[in-house]
Amino acid sequence: MDRIYLDYAATTYVKDEVLEAMKPYYKEHFGNPSSMYESGRYAKNALDQARGEVAKCIGAKYANEIYFTACGTESDNWALKGVMEANKAKGKHLVTTAVEHHAIMDTAGYLEKNGYDVTVLPVDEYGMVTARQVKDALRDDTVLVSVVYANNEVGTINPIAEIGKVTREAGVLFHTDAVQAAGHLPLDVQADNVDLLSISAHKFYGPKGIGMLYIRNGVKIERFMHGGAQERKRRAGTENVPEIIGLAKALALATGTLEETNSRLTGLRDYMIREIMEKIPYTKLNGHPEKRLCNNVNISLEFIEAEASLLSLDLAGIECSSGSACASGSLESSHVLLAMGIPPETAKGALRFTMGETTTRQQVDYTVNELVRLAERLRKISPLFQQTHA
Amino acid sequence: MYTEKLIQHFQEPHNVGVMEDADIVGEAGSPSCGDTTTVYLKMDGDVIKDISFQTYGCAAAIASSSILTDMVKGKTVEEALKVTKNDIVDELGGMPAEKVHCSLLAEDALKAALNKVLAQNK
Repeated sequence: MDRIYLDYAATTYVKDEVLEAMKPYYKEHFGNPSSMYESGRYAKNALDQARGEVAKCIGAKYANEIYFTACGTESDNWALKGVMEANKAKGKHLVTTAVEHHAIMDTAGYLEKNGYDVTVLPVDEYGMVTARQVKDALRDDTVLVSVVYANNEVGTINPIAEIGKVTREAGVLFHTDAVQAAGHLPLDVQADNVDLLSISAHKFYGPKGIGMLYIRNGVKIERFMHGGAQERKRRAGTENVPEIIGLAKALALATGTLEETNSRLTGLRDYMIREIMEKIPYTKLNGHPEKRLCNNVNISLEFIEAEASLLSLDLAGIECSSGSACASGSLESSHVLLAMGIPPETAKGALRFTMGETTTRQQVDYTVNELVRLAERLRKISPLFQQTHA
Repeated sequence: MYTEKLIQHFQEPHNVGVMEDADIVGEAGSPSCGDTTTVYLKMDGDVIKDISFQTYGCAAAIASSSILTDMVKGKTVEEALKVTKNDIVDELGGMPAEKVHCSLLAEDALKAALNKVLAQNK
């Protein structure tokens, strides 16, 4: 039997149309966009078109507000470090949340170590912050607010437009990590008053190794890579033309089929959640029941450690991920789940299934059946389950 | 990342469950990752006549408990006390370095039980 891939939030394959769009730029049209002769101009033209396409997909006013990077992590790093460093005259205060991806969390930690002042907003039981919380955290010296659009672990969607309104009114810059949102939610940086936005192509059927940072014109930001004049002198380095073409193509495809994808996957998602909750006792849904990404199912099987569940699923041909990793001598429970107030022992049982294009109802049924079996088997072994039922 | 033998012990662990008429019960928890193991012993004088276990933990922790019960069944207390986590890891055909600490749980739970036996026999 074919393996069942339910880890689309980790990465996706590259769609055929995307790969086909990229191919000519590896050999046929390999020119450097910075070269002035014919092949260079050809590549430059393709690059400009891709930039325009991406701008259209995220609602940017100008194509030159689109900056290509090497990944979502780079975009996040650049947004935080670049903006904080360039706006020191205004202040040193950064506001972020307790459920950010490591690319934001660790960058904020780095800034804090280097003399910046960081406020980490707590979240509710679903992993959400409110615009009110953001508003209350703002100070005269606040430079930037960075809030994840949709959480990568539990899929909870934050009220980005409301937060954008608050930050815009206060004259504070607003960055959102939309790496998981892109391809699943309509993005509109102008309507939502977003000043900076990060995405990564391999989360929406584009290639790995290419990301994008939207920087609204007028935002003061330090350059990230020093060198050539690429990306308006802000991010030096020869452009990764084939992958930029791939990112633009993948984003355009995803944006064009957003509604379809959403309604199909939301149906499958809710079906899977219902099935699990009905068929397996002592399970808990992590994240918001409705305000969550259409493809995200995150559940905790109580009394079982996720690592054991993952291996059982892997042996049954199912690939998904867990919220915790027991490695190098210490088990790190997910900071996201802990910030939501989920007890560590429940967080340790968390499994994340993220669906995509190839996911079918049959796959969901098979997966739920395997979950039922492994829950019975591993709970028999678990002394915690025994104690609860003694 | 895991050996075939380890996976076998994880999928079909030996000597699992609560032993209702156990003479001795030993428990251990790993403060580093919150895993727990309980070991049940039925003694025949100085000899481990029967043994069973329960583990809350990762696959490596479960497999370690399983194989340890095989290793010490029929052994004397003195012999069983000599078994270390390294013996468990060897018996399983190795383990990723970052997982080795998981097998300590089985050793600790067994030792907790065996020390109770020794205390009783004093």
